[in-house]
Amino acid sequence: MSLLERVDAIIDRHGAEPSALIQVLLELQGELHWLPREALARVGERLVVPQSRIQRIATFYKAFSLVPKGRHEIHVCMGTACHVRGAGRVLDKVKELTGIAPGETDLELKFSLETVNCLGCCALGPVMEIDGKTHGKLGAEGAATVLESYE
Amino acid sequence: MTRIASPTELERIRAEVLAGRDPERPHVAVCVGTGCLATGARAVLAAFEAAIAEQGIDATVGVRGTGCHGFCERGPIVVIEPAEICYLQVKPEDVPELVRETLVEKRVVERLLYLDPRSGERVVRESDIPFYKHQKRLIFGPNRTIDPTSLEDYLAIGGFRALARALFKRTPEQVIEEVKAAGLRGRGGAGFPTGVKWGLAREAECEPGGRSSGASGASGKVVVVNCDEGDPGAYMDRSLMEGNPFCVLEGLTIGAYAIGASEGYIYVRQEYGLAVENVGRALRRLEEVGLLGDDVLGSGLSFRVKVHRGAGAFVCGEETALLLSLEGKPGEPRTRPPYPAVRGLFGRPTNINNVETWAAVPRIVSEGAAAFAAIGTAGSKGTKIFSLVGKITNTGLVEVPMGIPLREIVFEIGGGIPGGMRFKAVQTGGPSGGCIPESQLDLRVDFDELTRAGSMMGSGGLIVMDEETCMVDVARYFIEFLTDESCGKCAPCREGLRQMHRILTRITRGEGREGDLERLLELSALAKEVSLCALGGTAPNPFLSTYRYFREEYEAHVKEKRCPALACKALVRYVIDPARCTACLICMRKCPEGAIDGGKHRIHVIVQEKCTSCGTCLEVCPARFGAVRKISGVPVPPPPSEEERVIVRKKKAAAP
Amino acid sequence: MSEIQLEIDGRAVRVEEGTTILAAARKLGIAIPTLCDHDGLEPYGACRLCIVEVDSGGPASRRSRVAASCVAPAEAGAVVRTRTEKLDRFRRTLLELELARAPDSPRLQELAREHGARRDHFDGDASFCIHCGLCVRYCAEVKQLHAVGFIDRGIRKEISFLPEIAGRECEACKECFPLCPTSYLQAAYVLMRSFVVPSRMK
Repeated sequence: MSLLERVDAIIDRHGAEPSALIQVLLELQGELHWLPREALARVGERLVVPQSRIQRIATFYKAFSLVPKGRHEIHVCMGTACHVRGAGRVLDKVKELTGIAPGETDLELKFSLETVNCLGCCALGPVMEIDGKTHGKLGAEGAATVLESYE
Repeated sequence: MTRIASPTELERIRAEVLAGRDPERPHVAVCVGTGCLATGARAVLAAFEAAIAEQGIDATVGVRGTGCHGFCERGPIVVIEPAEICYLQVKPEDVPELVRETLVEKRVVERLLYLDPRSGERVVRESDIPFYKHQKRLIFGPNRTIDPTSLEDYLAIGGFRALARALFKRTPEQVIEEVKAAGLRGRGGAGFPTGVKWGLAREAECEPGGRSSGASGASGKVVVVNCDEGDPGAYMDRSLMEGNPFCVLEGLTIGAYAIGASEGYIYVRQEYGLAVENVGRALRRLEEVGLLGDDVLGSGLSFRVKVHRGAGAFVCGEETALLLSLEGKPGEPRTRPPYPAVRGLFGRPTNINNVETWAAVPRIVSEGAAAFAAIGTAGSKGTKIFSLVGKITNTGLVEVPMGIPLREIVFEIGGGIPGGMRFKAVQTGGPSGGCIPESQLDLRVDFDELTRAGSMMGSGGLIVMDEETCMVDVARYFIEFLTDESCGKCAPCREGLRQMHRILTRITRGEGREGDLERLLELSALAKEVSLCALGGTAPNPFLSTYRYFREEYEAHVKEKRCPALACKALVRYVIDPARCTACLICMRKCPEGAIDGGKHRIHVIVQEKCTSCGTCLEVCPARFGAVRKISGVPVPPPPSEEERVIVRKKKAAAP
Repeated sequence: MSEIQLEIDGRAVRVEEGTTILAAARKLGIAIPTLCDHDGLEPYGACRLCIVEVDSGGPASRRSRVAASCVAPAEAGAVVRTRTEKLDRFRRTLLELELARAPDSPRLQELAREHGARRDHFDGDASFCIHCGLCVRYCAEVKQLHAVGFIDRGIRKEISFLPEIAGRECEACKECFPLCPTSYLQAAYVLMRSFVVPSRMK
């Protein structure tokens, strides 16, 4: 299936109306792990939404990315419960080992790093999520061990 | 199950379900909430299924994956009924033993039981564990007894009885009166009386020819479940939505009937994958059996529900922003009035309540307002679920009656502060809330008391902080959170927070200036009164409450360049106590900067010019030596002379 | 639509229901400072410079609040004050915050003089855009071109031209330029052009 066919299939599932914009973009993001320009052009055409609004939505909400992501998406939780238990040290370690800062992707497209404001696993803090899998009760050393297990 | 077309049929099916169930039959409940899944519950559940089959007892023993039990830190949690034997931190390799011992031989496996640190004794039953003993789990309790994917399980605990009663025995006005009489207040933050809110939406008129919601062409009123739980440190909505979606949907449907709504939306954060999945599955199931859709239970009520995934914006917890987001727009709050009850989603009268509020409704309708109102304080009725997290021994979700002393939550349920540290404060209400100090620990937790103490109920996060938490840094943390999560529309919030963040950051770096505290107060007053929405209006609270109770910490940072909690990196130096150092070389080897000078038999010294205050030396110094310590606001003591640094081993041998 | 009566700075005024307090004040010739308000555009309520104190509600539920007059509807029987010590203090702080972002804006400097706002009260963090949204809203609401929009949120929120549309439409229009209270809009446009239209010198 070509990119535009995939986009069309998603739009057909949600209905081609402006109010479906966020749900369509979420599904696109889920499938492609980013929002390519051609896909957004198609979404704008079919939902009859100006590109300026799509740009706004895609940068307002945290789930979206306008650049390609690495094979593994790391989310380090910086919620309050994690913060008071030392999430900062976990983040420092991840930054050191991956060589990237939050919002960045490494050159080999292996890891993308993001901080998130609460994953809702507060009892297990500090928490880091990689590709949707939650790793809890981490320290700097624990985070390093977890990262090593990703190819 | 076929379509359930009347209350009589509902009861008949319920009777059938119950007839097929023997309460005395051994049963294994494995928590598969997000917390336990993260610690490996899926594999534990699979191991139980395999081991039970292997023992050949699968005909007599049931296994079920349930929603969150709340004691997340000790997961995966396994409870074996009917004796309610509770095993904690169970690993797949423990399972064959548990099956053989407990299910076949009827013996308890001691080592996996809860160990009460006070009495030193093991606790067998889940409800006897101190963490649970002081709770009152009315809303959250059923989570542990049902499989969230099974409608039959929900029916078995009395599910949809309340809906049938509302639809056939009560007028919509009577339902609203019941909710008002129960004294239910919104669990999402501000604590607005739910019945009053419903009444406003019921009275609101739909605009003739009002805008429709696009393709569906729907008009009429709307009810919304707010599960955008963005407060960092709170996750009770997630656990309810994952663990008991039918209950939330039953409450929502009762609300739709009372208000006169034809359409419902579940707004749930996309980060909550399991909640999205479970509520979606529950919706489809209810449509199949006629408990949602056209002619619900044969009552003539037509009510459809859609799931909308939130794309990640804290501000969307605010009602008007949430509605704009549902319309596919950026979540920028708009000025109220008009309130959503009058002009909400696509201009239609809309009622929004939080997950926990909706989940309380079935109970109020089935047990009556009086039973609900009998619990709690004068102004706050019923129970509240809190997420008790941070520097606390027992972390997890707790449900307690309104009015319980904060001290009881922290010390009886939470088991106090770990590591021999002192309690310092508990942060409530998320980024809009505040910190409550030790002097206020006896306050009775309800909406009004928390507000009086300068904080708020919020969605129910209780983040415990100990003496190593710097309150200036906590304020800086929350303001930083809000600079990221503000929508950025109005100036007092966007520019005010930008400056507050700059000022707090420089204070924590020891660069605070004359007039900084006054500037913070000035910006707080501005944001509070002049911001467009509640996010901006409450944004200064983390600063104001910490300033109110911990002013001396602020002053120490600004005037003495000292962090009393020894937490602000830029204000802390690490030193080695020559009297305690045994020259063991550990810190020297681990220091990433090579900033420790020393050697075998030569007391170690931190070279301050090279030290980056990363804290590794303190972490790795064996507790029995405890030679590394932090200092702040005082000069680094001069290192011992070279002669003094030499450790003569003979001496050590002579020591006791 | 019925008429209602309210009082602004001690003077009675009758307006159509649904009129904003700002419009009602203007009817009396009372000037309220604004940065994001514009006749041809929907009220926006972002700069908050137009705040007023309003006492409203019946005798039992009388309450006083601070409201942005550009989005607050005039209420029957309300008493509105446009200049008080508190409002002056808030306006001054708002202007000081904006001056940290756009210190050289003549419009801000003029307002700052009127309100005694200090230019260096807060640390300078110049971006030159004060997020009044006039360009974005004018382009969308009046011209319906959507050539410029907002991106991001919180303190990272910015305006951004969409090269595909702006490259085609803006040269002939530029009607938003004079609306900008700072010089930022023009600068952002020039920058965008330099990417979209390759220099002839190349």
